[in-house]
Amino acid sequence: MTSDINKSFYDFISNGMPGPEQQTDVNNAILPARKAAFSRFRSLGLPTLKTEEWRYTNIQRYLKDAFTLAEEEQSTVTAEQLKGASIPKLDSYTAVLVNGRLQPALSQLPADGKITISKISDAAGNAQLQAWFDKHPHLQKQPFAALNAAFFADGLFIEAGVNASLDKPLHIIHVYTAAANAFIQPHHLVVLHKSATLEIIETAVGLNEAAIAFVNSVTEVVLEENAELWHYNVQSTIKNSRHIYHTSALQKADSRYHHFNFTLPAAELTRNNLSVALTGSNTETNLHGLFLATEQQHVDNHTFVDHQVAHCNSNELYKGVLLDNAKGVFTGKIMVHQDAQKTNAFQQNNNLLMSEKANINSQPQLEIYADDVKCSHGFTVGRFSEEALFYLRSRGIGEEAAKTLMVNAFAFDITDQVHIPALQEFLSDKIRRYVTGAINN
Amino acid sequence: MLTIKNLHAEVDGKKILKGLNLEIKAGEMHAIMGPNGAGKSSLASVLAGRENYTVTEGEVIFDGKNLLDMSPEDRAREGLFLAFQYPVEIPGVSNLNFLKTALNEIRTYHNLPAMEAKEFLKLTKEKQQMMDFNANLMNRSLNEGFSGGEKKRNEVFQMAMLDPKFAILDETDSGLDIDALRIVANGVNKLRGADKAFMVITHYQRLLDYIVPDFVHVLADGVIVKTGNKDLALELEEKGYDWLKEDVHQKESV
Repeated sequence: MTSDINKSFYDFISNGMPGPEQQTDVNNAILPARKAAFSRFRSLGLPTLKTEEWRYTNIQRYLKDAFTLAEEEQSTVTAEQLKGASIPKLDSYTAVLVNGRLQPALSQLPADGKITISKISDAAGNAQLQAWFDKHPHLQKQPFAALNAAFFADGLFIEAGVNASLDKPLHIIHVYTAAANAFIQPHHLVVLHKSATLEIIETAVGLNEAAIAFVNSVTEVVLEENAELWHYNVQSTIKNSRHIYHTSALQKADSRYHHFNFTLPAAELTRNNLSVALTGSNTETNLHGLFLATEQQHVDNHTFVDHQVAHCNSNELYKGVLLDNAKGVFTGKIMVHQDAQKTNAFQQNNNLLMSEKANINSQPQLEIYADDVKCSHGFTVGRFSEEALFYLRSRGIGEEAAKTLMVNAFAFDITDQVHIPALQEFLSDKIRRYVTGAINN
Repeated sequence: MLTIKNLHAEVDGKKILKGLNLEIKAGEMHAIMGPNGAGKSSLASVLAGRENYTVTEGEVIFDGKNLLDMSPEDRAREGLFLAFQYPVEIPGVSNLNFLKTALNEIRTYHNLPAMEAKEFLKLTKEKQQMMDFNANLMNRSLNEGFSGGEKKRNEVFQMAMLDPKFAILDETDSGLDIDALRIVANGVNKLRGADKAFMVITHYQRLLDYIVPDFVHVLADGVIVKTGNKDLALELEEKGYDWLKEDVHQKESV
């Protein structure tokens, strides 16, 4: 079940952490699900390099430090400390979470009777939570998702009623902070009822460079008929942080899910498990990803689009820019089930290597069991062109500006799809600063 | 404006320029001709600061400053422009965004504020009409999918936008049909002025029918072997370069 190298981590889980029954806050409602998740975790075990899904990401080296639980309430977070995750000029509602726990005093939540935004622990009796918590089919085989469900501390619960919508986006600010190395496990659930529409932007900030924050988070998304969710996740935090993000969406008929994943410096590990299960026909799914990694960063994107029924469209474009010694992984799986006729499923991964030592592993995986479908996939790896750089410099454009111009041009297909100007500007600015920073290293 | 003294340069250990001397004054138009492999394009590359060239001896003074000490971008900011023989395609970077960035980087260098969007568009329109450059190409990715002629015309359009003191045209005429050649030459002529100078590198005399040079230099084996006026170009057209080789030992092309 567990190899020696993970012994300390395993000991931490079995001894250091309170058992599922000690997670008091949602005890009664969620306990059976927690217990089931814990036994699932025990049978799945921790991944090794021999685990197909973890071949290019040696998770063991990121688990060998000693961790504690970041349990204490962090009421000391100030508005000033949130600045690292705030988006200038963005007009939005905000939900500030410290280590997964909602901080109403720091948040500006909408006062809309049709939309519920609360701690998961405060929604324990909610029928939607009962119905959907840890139920997504794709989470069942993922050990870290099981670990999260068994031991998560808290998370955000969002429920949008029939036809509900907001006049501006909801900005979720994740603050991760702990005095000592901490294993932080938030679990969020977003349910959009029939014809509801939401825009969610997530950003994150780490506050303590001196300790490692290992964040193992799960976000479950349920889109009922004709619901539409714009979901932007900006992953940009401090170096001493390690992240495994699970985002699993389930789409019912006529629903639309637009997911954007921006992985930026400087977390040393980012693993994204993004998956979408299409269970109703006539859905639309757009997955856009941009990862820009510098220094020793390791960024691993695993995506899974699961066409279970006919007449669904999915479109995926992931672009990676790797500088310095950064390593990238892209594994994109598309499954088209036998009944999923008239599927349109497209996937593309393009990568730009800006240094000799940067590296990318890209593998598209298509499994198609239906015969009347349109599917395509492709990937490219390009190297930064010295001739292009010289051309730009010969026009008076300095090396930094030239590289930024080229990276922005490469990323344009993704950033152009962002429909919120303030967010677009925020991202361009970050890209510029990171490219400039990498040149000056 | 530009003084080249005893310039020696090599690439990958191979000697290309072997003691080249040239003096270019403001207001002058210099044509550089010569056989393949003589070092014409290398001279352009060394002046623009292409990094794979190593200068082993000599100096280049541009408006009183040591050109060879400057980065390629600073040379451009000081007013040097190279129209590329093979302009580079850069997908995703729009022609306009590129020019705006270039102009503003140059302005910043001279402690000038960034150009207002309105002013930039006005300038763009003016130069685009002056150079007879297709407006549709300006919003496209830089040189991407441009025909050979469109790329060369874009070089001249960029030159008009950046308004350099000293411009080098590296075989800008190659690959152009006679109409395009005339348009490019007209564009260059419009940019001539008492405070500007040009170096036109060409294989063919016909460009010099449209851009009339003050001096014609023959470059062979890394040095200038003969200098004359526009009549020298005609003579070369008629006789070729072989008659000059009696003086200079030719080496194989680069």
